[in-house]
Amino acid sequence: MFKFIASRSLQMLAVLAVTGTITFFLVRLAPGSPFDQERNVSPEIRRNLDAYYGLDKPILTQYWRYFSKLVTTGDFGPSFKYSNRTVTEIIGESLPVSFELGIYAMIVAVAIGVTAGVLASLRPNTMTDYVPMSLSMVGISMPTFVMGPLLLLLFGLQLGWFNVSGWSSFGDKVLPALTLGFYYAAYFARLTRGGMLEILSQDYIRTARAKGASELRVVLKHALRGGLLPAVSFMGPALAGIVTGSFTVETIFQIPGLGRYFVTAALNRDYTLVMGTVILFAALISVFNLVVDVVMVWLNPRLKFD
Amino acid sequence: MAVTLAEPPSPATPAALAEVEVGHSLWQDAWARLRKNRLAVISGIILLTMSVLCLIGPFFTPAPDVQDLALYATPPSAQHWLGTDTLGRDLLARVLTGGRLSFAVGLCATFVSLIIGVIYGTISGFYGGKVDNLMMRLVDIIYAFPFTIFVILLMVVFNRSLLLLFAAIGAVEWLNMARIVRGQVISLRKMEFIEAAEALGLPKSRIIFRHLIPNVLGPVIVYTTLTIPAVMLLEAFLSFLGLGVQPPDASWGVLINEGSKSMEEFWWMLVFPGLALSVTLFSLNFLGDGLRDALDPKTSKD
Repeated sequence: MFKFIASRSLQMLAVLAVTGTITFFLVRLAPGSPFDQERNVSPEIRRNLDAYYGLDKPILTQYWRYFSKLVTTGDFGPSFKYSNRTVTEIIGESLPVSFELGIYAMIVAVAIGVTAGVLASLRPNTMTDYVPMSLSMVGISMPTFVMGPLLLLLFGLQLGWFNVSGWSSFGDKVLPALTLGFYYAAYFARLTRGGMLEILSQDYIRTARAKGASELRVVLKHALRGGLLPAVSFMGPALAGIVTGSFTVETIFQIPGLGRYFVTAALNRDYTLVMGTVILFAALISVFNLVVDVVMVWLNPRLKFD
Repeated sequence: MAVTLAEPPSPATPAALAEVEVGHSLWQDAWARLRKNRLAVISGIILLTMSVLCLIGPFFTPAPDVQDLALYATPPSAQHWLGTDTLGRDLLARVLTGGRLSFAVGLCATFVSLIIGVIYGTISGFYGGKVDNLMMRLVDIIYAFPFTIFVILLMVVFNRSLLLLFAAIGAVEWLNMARIVRGQVISLRKMEFIEAAEALGLPKSRIIFRHLIPNVLGPVIVYTTLTIPAVMLLEAFLSFLGLGVQPPDASWGVLINEGSKSMEEFWWMLVFPGLALSVTLFSLNFLGDGLRDALDPKTSKD
């Protein structure tokens, strides 16, 4: 297992390096510059700005300087757009917000999804199967950026139960977490149902029942471990989706998280902030995928680390 | 076209075998199974209606780009069934022409991913061994990248043309298709009729295009139907963020974005485009599920 984790970590570093490189050149070589929107920048000031940020150097020099600084000191550099602030500061402020939102969304997704899936699998082709499964199809077909505004319209504006925007009280977090999590809850429900149905028809479940185990024990102790496998393997993609989903959800609910910064940073050509967020997102997704793979083997010993 | 295809070695359940003996092709079987699936049929009808509406509807509505500020955001009425937007444009016309664009992106980008995925997967599965190892390793590696983020960057960085949108989305979505096709080809490769074709000395290209690809059509069709909603969703997502289709052109994503900005006063601007997109995605997903059950009875849902 140690060998597996080590080789995967190496692979992860390679992916991060390539991601960083592609992103670097993609943003740099694109038309436009971070100072385009500043009005009346005289040529001298512009030259000074370029010199300050090192933009007057050849691109390969810039590339070398950026990455050697990042690798040796972990410094993402100063932001181009938010003057006097470093990318590390911005990330430090907004990442916890996104992290909180992501965790709530994941809880919503797994709690609702797995419960609905298990429920549906216990009595297939009855109402307790059809209702949650149809609802989950609705969830899959309704994108976050439709669901979010609709929830806002209904519960925020019409019923007035929640604030329309903001991120302070617990109530502020309900609608965003539901919006972001529900889509994945629907996927988890379908995957759990499928996995559970397959496991529940296995011989060892029949054996457990024959030995007089209660239905609750059969489901919780014997079936769930195997039945959850498809859902667990989907956790990696779900996290990646929640990260990108946060771009829209944070925009809709005006949450000061990292997802919102990423989109505006890319539009503003804030080179260092784009680099910082992309590398961070990529690292987050890769680490989580690795964790999921390890958990998969732990849940299903028939799988081997390779 | 379907009837002339060679009989693929279907996973033969006894019932299917019996039907094959009286001369039903896999496609006839699948069609019969699909027709029995009421949800899939309804979804198909909804999709057909939706696409016909989007195709010919705009000829009967006011032009989608005519602005009439006297009609500033009027609620749905007899003249303007879905109301008007904040520039006095007829919302029905905008939703229908927006649908054209959304469908166009969905179909074109799926087509791009289909071509790349099928060719890549077939070659990888057909040659096997080192070539296969290398090609699939590459897919695994590409898979590890945060692709939605790259698509966003691409759209931000370069001029947001429709062509780039097709290419960017297509380039992301082909990976799964390649994997599915490769799996199919590897299992087909061991079949007698491929060996026979090789024994006859047919050129490799002919074996691939004439014998292999037609036989992987089933799973490919299923996965294509499921790719279209994924692509339409990605396009709407980009457009919602202002990175996809650019005004004055409008796809459903653009309309939803505009709607969500003014929903506090004008709910119809959000609800109708959102409904159009959701209903379409819903039907495509159900139809895809139905096709999977019909074409490949062995694999269950999910």
